[in-house]
Amino acid sequence: MTADDWSAVRLTAQLAALTTLLLLVVGTPIGWWLARTRSRAKPLVAALVAMPIVLPPTVMGFYLLLLMGPQGPVGQLTQALGLGRLPFSFAGLVVASVLYSMPFVVQPLQQAFEAIPERTLEAAATLRAGPWDRFFSVVLPLARPGFLTASVLGFAHTVGEFGVVLMIGGNIPDKTRVLSVAIYGHVEALEFEAAHRLAAGMVVFALVVLVTLYLLGRRTGRAAQAAR
Amino acid sequence: MIEARLHLPRDGFTLELDLQLPGRGVTALFGPSGCGKTTVLRALAGLERAAGRVALDGEPWQDDACGLFVPTHHRAIGYVIQEAALFPHLDVRANLAYARRRAGDTRVALEPVIELLGIGALMARRTETLSGGERQRVAIARALAAGPRLLLMDEPLAALDAARKAELLPYLERLQRELALPIVYVSHAIDEVARLAHHLVLMEHGRVVATGALAEVMARLDLPTAHGEGAGVVLDAVLAERDAQWQLVRLQVGADFSLWARDPGHAPGHALRVRLLARDLSLAREPQRGTSIGNQLQGVVESIADDEHAALALVRVRVGASPVVARLTRRSAHALQLAPGVAVWVQVKTVALMA
Repeated sequence: MTADDWSAVRLTAQLAALTTLLLLVVGTPIGWWLARTRSRAKPLVAALVAMPIVLPPTVMGFYLLLLMGPQGPVGQLTQALGLGRLPFSFAGLVVASVLYSMPFVVQPLQQAFEAIPERTLEAAATLRAGPWDRFFSVVLPLARPGFLTASVLGFAHTVGEFGVVLMIGGNIPDKTRVLSVAIYGHVEALEFEAAHRLAAGMVVFALVVLVTLYLLGRRTGRAAQAAR
Repeated sequence: MIEARLHLPRDGFTLELDLQLPGRGVTALFGPSGCGKTTVLRALAGLERAAGRVALDGEPWQDDACGLFVPTHHRAIGYVIQEAALFPHLDVRANLAYARRRAGDTRVALEPVIELLGIGALMARRTETLSGGERQRVAIARALAAGPRLLLMDEPLAALDAARKAELLPYLERLQRELALPIVYVSHAIDEVARLAHHLVLMEHGRVVATGALAEVMARLDLPTAHGEGAGVVLDAVLAERDAQWQLVRLQVGADFSLWARDPGHAPGHALRVRLLARDLSLAREPQRGTSIGNQLQGVVESIADDEHAALALVRVRVGASPVVARLTRRSAHALQLAPGVAVWVQVKTVALMA
């Protein structure tokens, strides 16, 4: 593999790791809210979170490009704050990936939170555990398989994104050229062997991810049963 | 003393009550399903937000007049529900430790609690391997490990079959005997109430129908508790003498009368609770001879009321200081010319000993 290819692998891993980390931080309160709320806004929020599942990535990328561009509201904000422009930068890719992979993190978390019976949390409250204490001593351990599933799915989905990256990240080596874009580039240039090396690596990666997930799924099922 | 003044509109009824409950012994909240008794318990725990005031021994936990609401985790309560709600990710020992670690200044000694509930052998077990009764005992121990000043129990026996209930009841009796901890006990089973409670709050449609000492409320003919198979009075007695030849004991009830019952194996001086079911009592104008019934008590009719079925009547008779209730046919009551003030002999067919 060429240095460019390795750079693409490294960039992809960085992007996926950072995105997953951010999504766990952002997705936990959203997933918790969706699992516990009785608000009438719930279907709307759930739908917004799920949009990237249904929307063509190019459509999402297009609107993100407009929003983050020099004339877009987000773009003007980032410029006013002295952060520069997001499109065609690594930071822009991270923002887009967080939005694009959101449902793959929020939904497993939401399901894991929903599986925790209200009475278990109430029992913790009657045993003098405050809200944060309850979260760390009851919710986190009981939802642990959900967190693992969310992390694996969020990471894998970010590794696999293509359309959004192309729309807002372009194909800048070392900055925005991630694996999927690199493979596309190789194919365009008829470098099938180089494309193979990366693509086969992705196939193996996907297989490992899915096997991990199904192993986790079996454990989640058991944990959820025990909580009931 | 536990104070609860609560107002909460619900589907179908409005919870509306003003209760002062004794700060010791077991208070039963009794009533049909959906009468609001669980809601009262949850409001005491701070799990339900009703309007009003809640206080324990003068310390307010909720007072809407000054915007005070102490959240559940700052109330010194123990809370036990039907489903036990043990933490599935912790074993029995860790479940207890969870509570004890958070008990604050009140460092609870776990050994007596473990001994009291007989869970010593279960400490290393995972919670999903426990039977229903074991689970409930662990849940009670866990509640006690938090060092509560008030124990709230919501139908702790309701999810158990008859055998498991019988297994758990003695533990509950030990609990109320050995701990100086006020207990509020929600139940819709009169048998449990008769066995455990000292104070009874009768609820219907979100309101309190009657409240008072258990013996007094159970002896009232105007309440729903007077009807049904479980109707009858509860008396406190002391084992006075044992008859080894016939395996019987004489139980002294108050100062003025005694009952013979099967020997439960306790030593003289042991305090017992006795239940006389209305269906097990019959009345006569004269003392009976040539009868197999060993307990005949002299008393005076206090009042007569209709029972649910038109053929039946409930007769309340004062024996010494204690009221008892007998269920007769109205024809019998008529034939005996029963009326308030008439002297009668009460024949007791069965004396049910509890604890």
